[in-house]
Amino acid sequence: MEFTSILFYVFSLFFVGSSLMMIVSRNTAKAALWLILTFFSAASLWLLLEAEFLAITLILIYVGAVMVLFMFVIKMLDTEESTLRAQFTRYLPLGIFVSLVVIVQMALVLNAGPFDLETVGLPEQHGASYSNITSIAQQLYTIYVYPFELAAILLLIAIIAAITLVHRTQVNSKKQNIAEQISVQAKDRMRFASINKKPSKESK
Amino acid sequence: MIALSDYLILSSIVFCIGLAGIFINRTNIIMILMCVELILAAVNTNFIAFSYYGSDLSGQIFVFFILTVAAAEVAIGLAILTLMYRNRGSIDIDVTNTLKG
Repeated sequence: MEFTSILFYVFSLFFVGSSLMMIVSRNTAKAALWLILTFFSAASLWLLLEAEFLAITLILIYVGAVMVLFMFVIKMLDTEESTLRAQFTRYLPLGIFVSLVVIVQMALVLNAGPFDLETVGLPEQHGASYSNITSIAQQLYTIYVYPFELAAILLLIAIIAAITLVHRTQVNSKKQNIAEQISVQAKDRMRFASINKKPSKESK
Repeated sequence: MIALSDYLILSSIVFCIGLAGIFINRTNIIMILMCVELILAAVNTNFIAFSYYGSDLSGQIFVFFILTVAAAEVAIGLAILTLMYRNRGSIDIDVTNTLKG
């Protein structure tokens, strides 16, 4: 058995095992930690497939940003475990049934043989001078340049939507309204009040 | 020698684990979001395996865009979750039955 095959089986074991541990763990924070291990093993598998840029991107973006966001929300919100446990056994048979049906269907398709080594052979290995980032960038900035800019606009929309959803305006804020301050007129500041002068005893 | 079908079987197994996770943790929205991330990781593995065995980089670029969209989805999803917790005091799905659907 080759060394890369051993690596594939080790990483797949971690991939499947940690994802199983994620969906059955009681604590949501622990589930997030298992999901981080899942992403790490997925990134290792992508390294075996010579997708170095995407493997590093998965670790940087998912483990570094998205999972930290998840942990932040999990720790900020109060997630009760009791309701989760009560529903666990109720929906367990349905979940196992649906996944078994999907697994059997996929196994029937994949075992028919259009994807094994005789039909789809191994591609030629790239040498040490091959740069995955260079070849991705050459396609991304020429053929896929408009989708790339659309992705940037999508991220901008996501930023605006997230801020708009959770932003709360402060009630007693000390913020100055500059436009209102410089456009003020004298009659807004000074008010003439007519006071009826009553004759009092001291004035006599 | 690892064939393409090995990668496809692996990603289908992880896909089904994510699907089962959505059914099992039906009441917890955070767990559902994380299971969706798991499903996306399985789908991305599928794309990259096809890209490698077909010697075509388009699959990797598609995965790049999937990662972008998934990051935007998580940001908006967690914002909605925070808003829901602020308004209702709970993130239980069974509490959100205003529409009686």
